[in-house]
Amino acid sequence: MYASTVRGLLVRGMLAGLIAGLLAFAVAYVVGEPPVDGSIAVEEAQAAHAGHGAVSEEAAEEEAVSRPVQSTAGLATGVLVYGVALGGIASLAFSFALGRLGRFSPRATAALTAAAAFTTVYLVPFLKYPATPPAVGNPDTIGKRTTLFFLMILLSVLLGIAAVIAGRRLAPRLGNWNATLTAGAGFVAVVAVACLFLPTNDDSVKAGFPAALLWEFRIASLAIQAVLWAVFGIVFGVLAQRLLAPRAANTRPAVEQTAPATG
Amino acid sequence: MAEAVVSASVSTPSVPVPAALPVRTVLPWAVFVGLLALIALYFVGAEQGATSVFAGTDVHEWVHDGRHLLGFPCH
Repeated sequence: MYASTVRGLLVRGMLAGLIAGLLAFAVAYVVGEPPVDGSIAVEEAQAAHAGHGAVSEEAAEEEAVSRPVQSTAGLATGVLVYGVALGGIASLAFSFALGRLGRFSPRATAALTAAAAFTTVYLVPFLKYPATPPAVGNPDTIGKRTTLFFLMILLSVLLGIAAVIAGRRLAPRLGNWNATLTAGAGFVAVVAVACLFLPTNDDSVKAGFPAALLWEFRIASLAIQAVLWAVFGIVFGVLAQRLLAPRAANTRPAVEQTAPATG
Repeated sequence: MAEAVVSASVSTPSVPVPAALPVRTVLPWAVFVGLLALIALYFVGAEQGATSVFAGTDVHEWVHDGRHLLGFPCH
């Protein structure tokens, strides 16, 4: 009967991820596409200025999928798959966290899960290896940059999990408040050390790329992820609360459970 | 953590703590769904960038804008 609860949570997580993805796509289209177009224009202007066959080469590359398709159906595919996949993962992280973090309702646990996911999957890696618009990177270093970016996500997620476990272990001795502060401070300290020692992306942005455009692009990227995770946390919280309400009412001794609502 | 404890106890005095789901029940779902989701994320975030499962650049070009705006290194 627990399995049907997990299944119900997974379905709701993917649904919440889909809804969050739709809103994130709207933000991406309205706020994110102008700086993407802007940097492609910069790239083409630089290529035209340089004067060799770069323009036609670049044009041929862009033709594989046209810009109007990339900025609508292509963008929607990327953001929605991202939303559903991470919504599913987050719902299972929630399944582990539920009832283990302290006296939190399902709704509050969902909000905490979403905040933790936003911080560890996006924000921390973003601070070290921020998003870069098209035309900015050096194609020769894509392998190194990709490895470092995924390594940073992995590191930040593992450190986040470690911090939560450490916080729960410390809670009986220090109290919830101080244990949370201690674990949080430990997370920040280790992330800071990792940021100091991991190699930087020297060539992720070409010299001479307009700083204002880069700023606009990165703020748009941050906004997309903030909207995605905020909407996910709220929607999944409502859905999970409804699914688990009868369970929660049964309180601790989980012996005589009435059958939980199925998906 | 502690602030939500306070607000929960203020608004509804005896909110029961939700029962934890057994780890052995969640784990198979987490492993299987986690793997599937990571494969999906790989195709959005990295395919035909640093590494390629399929030849060409069609996947890369299709998710190009999403890849940039979601924060992945693209090219």
